[in-house]
Amino acid sequence: MHLRCPHCGDREHAEFSYGADATLQRPAPDETSHDAWMDYVYNRDNPRGPYWEYWQHSAGCRLWFKVLRDTMTHEVLDYASADATVEHRKMADGSDAEGYKP
Amino acid sequence: MSRPDPNQHPTQPRRLPFASEIDRSTLLRFRFDGKTLTGHPGDTLASALLANGIRLAGRSFKYHRPRGIMGIGPEEANALVGLRTGARSEPNTKATMAELFDGLEAVSQNRWPSLALDVQGINGFIAPFIPAGFYYKTFMSPDRWWTNVYEKLIRRAAGMGIGSQEPDPDRYDRMNAHCDLLVVGGGPSGLAAALQAARAGARVILCEETNRFGGSLRHERDMLDGAPALEWADAVIAELAAAPDVTLLTRTTAFGYYDHNMVGLIERVADHLPEPAHWQVRQRMWRVRAGHVILAAGATERPLVFPGNDRPGVMLASAVRGYINRFAVQPGRRAVIFTANDSGYRTATDLARAGIEVAAIVDPRPTAGPDALGHAAAVPVHFGSAVVETGGHLGLRYADIQRLGADGKPTAKVSRIACDLLCVAGGWTPSVHLASQSGGRLRYDAALSAFLPESSKQRETSVGAARGLYNLGDCLASGAEAAAGALADIAPSLVPVTLPSSGAPSSEAAPAALWEVPKAAHSRSKAFVDHQDDVTADDIRLAHREGYVSVEHLKRFTTLGMGTDQGRTSNVNGLAIMAAARGLEIPEVGTTTFRPPVTPVAFGAFAGAETGLHFAPVRRTPMHDWHVANGAEMVEAGLWMRPKWYLRDGENGFRAHQRETRHVREKIGLNDVSTLGKIDIQGADAADFLNRVYTNGWKTLPVGKARYGLMLREDGLVFDDGTTSRLGETRYLMTTTTANAAAVLRHLEFHLKAVWPDLDVHVASVTDQYAGMALAGPLARRLLERVADIPVDNANFPYLGVREGRIAGAPAILSRISFSGELAWEILTPADHGITVWQHLMEAGAEFDIAPYGIEALANLRIEKGHVAGGELDGRTTPGDLGLGRMVSTKKDFIGRHMLTRPELQRPDREQLVGLVPVDAKTGLRGGSYLVADTAAPTPVGKLGWITSTCMSPNLGHPVALALLKGGPARHGERLFALNPLEKQVVEVRVTSPHFIDPEGKRLEA
Repeated sequence: MHLRCPHCGDREHAEFSYGADATLQRPAPDETSHDAWMDYVYNRDNPRGPYWEYWQHSAGCRLWFKVLRDTMTHEVLDYASADATVEHRKMADGSDAEGYKP
Repeated sequence: MSRPDPNQHPTQPRRLPFASEIDRSTLLRFRFDGKTLTGHPGDTLASALLANGIRLAGRSFKYHRPRGIMGIGPEEANALVGLRTGARSEPNTKATMAELFDGLEAVSQNRWPSLALDVQGINGFIAPFIPAGFYYKTFMSPDRWWTNVYEKLIRRAAGMGIGSQEPDPDRYDRMNAHCDLLVVGGGPSGLAAALQAARAGARVILCEETNRFGGSLRHERDMLDGAPALEWADAVIAELAAAPDVTLLTRTTAFGYYDHNMVGLIERVADHLPEPAHWQVRQRMWRVRAGHVILAAGATERPLVFPGNDRPGVMLASAVRGYINRFAVQPGRRAVIFTANDSGYRTATDLARAGIEVAAIVDPRPTAGPDALGHAAAVPVHFGSAVVETGGHLGLRYADIQRLGADGKPTAKVSRIACDLLCVAGGWTPSVHLASQSGGRLRYDAALSAFLPESSKQRETSVGAARGLYNLGDCLASGAEAAAGALADIAPSLVPVTLPSSGAPSSEAAPAALWEVPKAAHSRSKAFVDHQDDVTADDIRLAHREGYVSVEHLKRFTTLGMGTDQGRTSNVNGLAIMAAARGLEIPEVGTTTFRPPVTPVAFGAFAGAETGLHFAPVRRTPMHDWHVANGAEMVEAGLWMRPKWYLRDGENGFRAHQRETRHVREKIGLNDVSTLGKIDIQGADAADFLNRVYTNGWKTLPVGKARYGLMLREDGLVFDDGTTSRLGETRYLMTTTTANAAAVLRHLEFHLKAVWPDLDVHVASVTDQYAGMALAGPLARRLLERVADIPVDNANFPYLGVREGRIAGAPAILSRISFSGELAWEILTPADHGITVWQHLMEAGAEFDIAPYGIEALANLRIEKGHVAGGELDGRTTPGDLGLGRMVSTKKDFIGRHMLTRPELQRPDREQLVGLVPVDAKTGLRGGSYLVADTAAPTPVGKLGWITSTCMSPNLGHPVALALLKGGPARHGERLFALNPLEKQVVEVRVTSPHFIDPEGKRLEA
């Protein structure tokens, strides 16, 4: 795989390390619902198709960013900054991502 | 090597006199099963064996059937041999792929005592009793017999050759490459594609599996523009070699197609040599990232499935043509051609040229095309017929031919034809491995009886025979067109190349889809589908009867196609027979998944140069050389090297660390702590950030103070601990454990970038920028007073104080913190000054009897103090478990705060930190021992906890341990047993506080 670091450009994926589901948002500090925290910490979907995930350019500039990867084909469809709000199966601008449709 | 003397080498009786790729001016000697034979440059082991009249090349792996050479390339499923000797010996090598060199040693496999007289050949007689799945079903119980008895027996009986037990003496290389166009396959289609791309100025890599470009043109006698086609190929190669941006790779196989158009190539740099030159690698792995990939991997001829189709002398028709034309070898004296398509007929002309009598052509079809019939002009052709049985003990002696009736069954009289060569042509299987691996779909083409690439997922195009084109002109055109199409973006003004003419295409009769010849009344022999794995047509039907209807299950149950040939010859035949058994069409049965590698690749090539010392980097602290020069035994801690202890005259390691441990409590010691993770944290919101990262509060920490911090993961379990110092209004220096330095940095960076991007904080690792040393012991202040340029008395430099000053002229950050529990300072100085400061401390400390101490003594010291480390921070413990519950703030948010409140993490009877002392005050305790209340209780014993860290405490004079014990703090004073079943050790222990020495911490504040 190749990934495009927003800072350094196209690099071999061995330079990067994987984060996790990049659509998650940490619940507010005053959130008391166990379910909300369980969803944030543990519960993950494992869908086929376009999926937003965190990657860090750990052997380079160390930037964290978001990647929309098709889990079926490894095709990289879009990128976003680490703090952007994104949804699986959608591009960063909110339009439908191409790829697997249920 | 030597000049050939016709009188001195009476071998090679089957070498033909006409010109070929063989260089007769040089004679090569080699040995096969101990017998010395000869060949020439240009030979493969297979062609040289055939030239020497040797037909029997090995025994099959299950039935030990005599087997000969069947193919000419990577499709070979029979002639697997062991090559070379000693550390370089390599089993299961295809004789067809091994280039001959002077001195080559080869041995046949699966035979004992000899190839001609093999004891286990009896497996052939008991074959009805060892069908597919025999081993699975028979050797089931008792369980423990599997590894001890059955596996060893089966490995000996059904083994695939013997590997070397010695380390690999060769070196390997890995290479990354980029190109506009990668062409896989140097046959006519691939050459046309590469030529087109080179003329357009593209960066091209052309790889070819064998030692020379030309592909099928080397095996056939095709003409292009009225001249031998190989001349055109040579001219193309000459032009490509002169082109600036073209890389030509021979002896290079594309073995895997990966994501984002990356293709793995394995270049066999020196496998054709006796051994690599001293400057040479054996194999080189290429990771090619291509703008576009053209797959011109050709097609493999399929054998036909009929009883007795595995006797030595039964060969693929295309291979026979290749041995005659490329190697000038006569593979037999009297031949029968059994073909289901027109291409098999070409063999008759080449056989005649080689002086081989063609006794018959057998064709199940009613007729053949005009060109085919032209080749057969002088030969009796048996249309509507099949070979239904063969005979011969160690090699083919006859073939039985029978007409096939309207129902497809053999009928009428059997005619027996004496022959020693049976050329079979069952149709062509395009090499779609890489196309399939790339994610492209395959489609079954009924007219061609083959799976063809249908659609592409990545930027790749299959051309020529690899997409079912078998006419030379079509192949050339498809290669050039695909290259032009692939380069349309980067070479819009590309001029199509002029391709040579292969003459008017002839009309061919449709091939027959003869998947299996029905058994004749007298047929007794097995009909093999997969020769390498000894899978017969009956095995496939048996698998079906037993319920293995999916092709993936069929493959695993019968091992069909699982050999080193990757099912090149057997895959489609097997699918077709399965489809017939299920009453389905072939596309409905589908094909198995193609996976890399297409061809065997040495593990060494994947490892490349990253072996031995190069496997992982070694991290050395700035004081490393001093430690080594002063008696330290170094030990790996992750990638770091750390002093374990410093040996003095006559000491062993135990005595050394006991002495060092005592020394720190009594006098003064110096320990290298450069490996601790160090993170510079700066920004207006740094305090707020630390507050969110650590469980305890940070907003009140003044400048010039350090604080111990505890970090949780978001799931509420302890992640790491360390001290963080406030160096300035908005600047902090965090330390982490050695092991977690990278993980903590990543954790901080993630939260700053993704979770709290609004915080004005930046972090940077400064681990390597500072040398660190811990100066500990009751005399530490007296030494520091001498060497530091700042006051270090209690009033000016209290416990947990942080000051910047100079030692030996070097800038230093001094923190009054202690892991040992003694009066101590941690000194950080720029890495380049590390050794200066260290040596200065050692020299100035001589009058206080300073001694360096290693990590064993450090561990003893912290265990005596009950400080937690790796054994306790095991990813399962909470702050409460470690007796650090008071460090968890209830007044603020921090990572892990919510999840820590889960009832399971708050249970009062969780395993919690305690100290243990053996009741006899003598017996040493073992880490990992289980704690139980009653040693007589039936197993499994209800465990109450386990020992996490142990040491012999020199300051207490008896062994001590730390443990995690259910409801631990309430059990102080109880007696339990530490069980270590591995060492058969049972030790009675007393539960104590984990703080064995100075529980009040008075020494710290001295």
